[in-house]
Amino acid sequence: MTARTLFDKVWTAHEVVQETADTPAVLYIDLHLIHEVTSPQAFSVLRSLGLPVRRPDRTLATMDHSTPTSTEQVFGNVPIKVDAAAKQVRQLETNAAEFGVELFNMRDARRGIVHVISPELGATQPGMTIVCGDSHTSTHGAFGALAFGIGSTEVGHVFATQCLLQRKPKTFAINIEGKLQPGVSAKDLILAIIGKIGVSGGTGYVLEYRGSTIRGLSMDERMTICNMSIEAGARAGMIAPDEITFEYLKNKPRAPQGTEWDAAVARWRTLVSDPGATFDASVDIDASTLEPMITYGTNPGMVVPLTGAVPQITGDAVYDKALGYMGFHGGESMLGKRVDVVFIGSCTNGRLEDLQAAAKVLKGRKVAAGVKLLIVPGSQQIKHDAEAMGLAQIFKDAGADWRESGCSMCLGMNGDTVAAGLYSISTSNRNFEGRQGVGARTLLVSPMTAAASAVQGKIADPREFL
Amino acid sequence: MQPLQRVRSKTVVIDSTNVDTDQIIPARFLTTTTKEGLGKQLFADWRYLADGSPNPDFALNRPEAAGCQVLVAGRNFGCGSSREHAPWALMDYGIRAVVSTEIADIFKNNSLKNGLLPITVDETTATWLLTHPGADIDIDLTASRLTLPTGVSVTFPLEAFARHCLLNGIDELGYLRSKLDAIAGYEAARAW
Repeated sequence: MTARTLFDKVWTAHEVVQETADTPAVLYIDLHLIHEVTSPQAFSVLRSLGLPVRRPDRTLATMDHSTPTSTEQVFGNVPIKVDAAAKQVRQLETNAAEFGVELFNMRDARRGIVHVISPELGATQPGMTIVCGDSHTSTHGAFGALAFGIGSTEVGHVFATQCLLQRKPKTFAINIEGKLQPGVSAKDLILAIIGKIGVSGGTGYVLEYRGSTIRGLSMDERMTICNMSIEAGARAGMIAPDEITFEYLKNKPRAPQGTEWDAAVARWRTLVSDPGATFDASVDIDASTLEPMITYGTNPGMVVPLTGAVPQITGDAVYDKALGYMGFHGGESMLGKRVDVVFIGSCTNGRLEDLQAAAKVLKGRKVAAGVKLLIVPGSQQIKHDAEAMGLAQIFKDAGADWRESGCSMCLGMNGDTVAAGLYSISTSNRNFEGRQGVGARTLLVSPMTAAASAVQGKIADPREFL
Repeated sequence: MQPLQRVRSKTVVIDSTNVDTDQIIPARFLTTTTKEGLGKQLFADWRYLADGSPNPDFALNRPEAAGCQVLVAGRNFGCGSSREHAPWALMDYGIRAVVSTEIADIFKNNSLKNGLLPITVDETTATWLLTHPGADIDIDLTASRLTLPTGVSVTFPLEAFARHCLLNGIDELGYLRSKLDAIAGYEAARAW
């Protein structure tokens, strides 16, 4: 029998109709996650055609992008400050009720960032196809699911048919060997990978992260890796499920239970790339030599080791523009650079282990004068856990602003923004111009580096805090 | 959707690589619940100065850009978020085709579903286009061919089914719904 990749196994199992030269495959979607920003136009299409959501039981809605993070606005009687955001939230409530879709509302204890709550509930499972009108849907690939972001028109297609028209992508093996050094995290690893293959290096591919380094990572860490696959241009990133995956999912509310659990695990164990399976492209990464990483420019591929310097490149107008935007010059060292705002959160680094890593650095220390540290948990469950474990108290004692869950300052849709010209050291996924606010300057780092920088009031090396 | 066979227009050039969807339509404008009217916010942070007046240095604000239906840009146009607001904003502004050496996956898919042509060309053609803003070009979807005013013409790749739908004004959802029996059969047959 031909050796097959993990991706090929999941893809083939979901082909309702195979692709031909003239027509794409009809691909079945197991789980459709929706949120308030990219769903309203799709619901409008259903309404105009008089169609129902075909499988509400495979659809799950939350609100995260435009929702406030202040407790008064979420749980108090203070109205949502941004009018348009309030309207969007109400619209999702109306749509979910009308079409019978399960919604985790503003005050629901299960609410949070869509890519954080689905794994947390055990709704994300190995071998599934998962889509959402959000590019960071790639996160769910950490479980061996084929998960990718779609636009609102395709959200409508899934509503109406539970399927998508798709051409089969190519496969790209990211082979990672060696142990990460202390102070070097999954975030640093994925930033290094993007730096190596480039921001469009993955275009047209599904990445599979493989090797001993990946096998040694927790699910939270694997999600950080898969989350940023899109920043390399890839639609999806996948990691074969293993005992760590099964242990994570066991007894989660929506995971299979009892005999169904045993049957599911037996099936999930087959979800690996067979020995000898061939990939369309591959790259080898030595994780043992990696340092903490930091971006210096305006896309995630403009990245250097934290102890490094802004590269010196001549005759590149795009590079010049990026440095002009950031207010940096070639040759300047990254350590010691100015910090105004520190953001710890997002679907990349807003999970419990990320908060634990930050707390380790912040414990018994204070945020430097003049620096604002915003910590936003990825979900209400994580908020609850962080409070129960004493992490929230560590953050508050350090002088951090501890909030309700949501996407928050990753994209600043909800009013949590960085002012023009200020430097934001952020654990999020995009350092595009204006991403965190008009004129805001974003540097992407790990939670440890973010916390260390908040304490020192300048870009700092977390290894000094270990 | 209206059938689309041909786009003949002058080009407007944004000579920048990795133009991301946050530039095409910044996140703060995504609080809308409709598709309409996003054209005025297209490239908002590049197009307008802090006081809201047009930035005279930005390509779309130059007088010769008025009425251009083809946007030429550097490699990896449309990277980043999956927001379909990006092609909606371009279409609402009046752009009908985007030309680059490489166009990001999700943006490309979203464009095809809205009648915006995502056209990838070779490095030589792209370089010529990037250095000749305002060139009169002819994009013929029937022949999958882009012709420069010099007479040079190149073919461009386009996924066969999307091309068929664009040429004939077919909505892909109609096609997908024609497969509902097969979809129900798949669901019934699946053991897990």
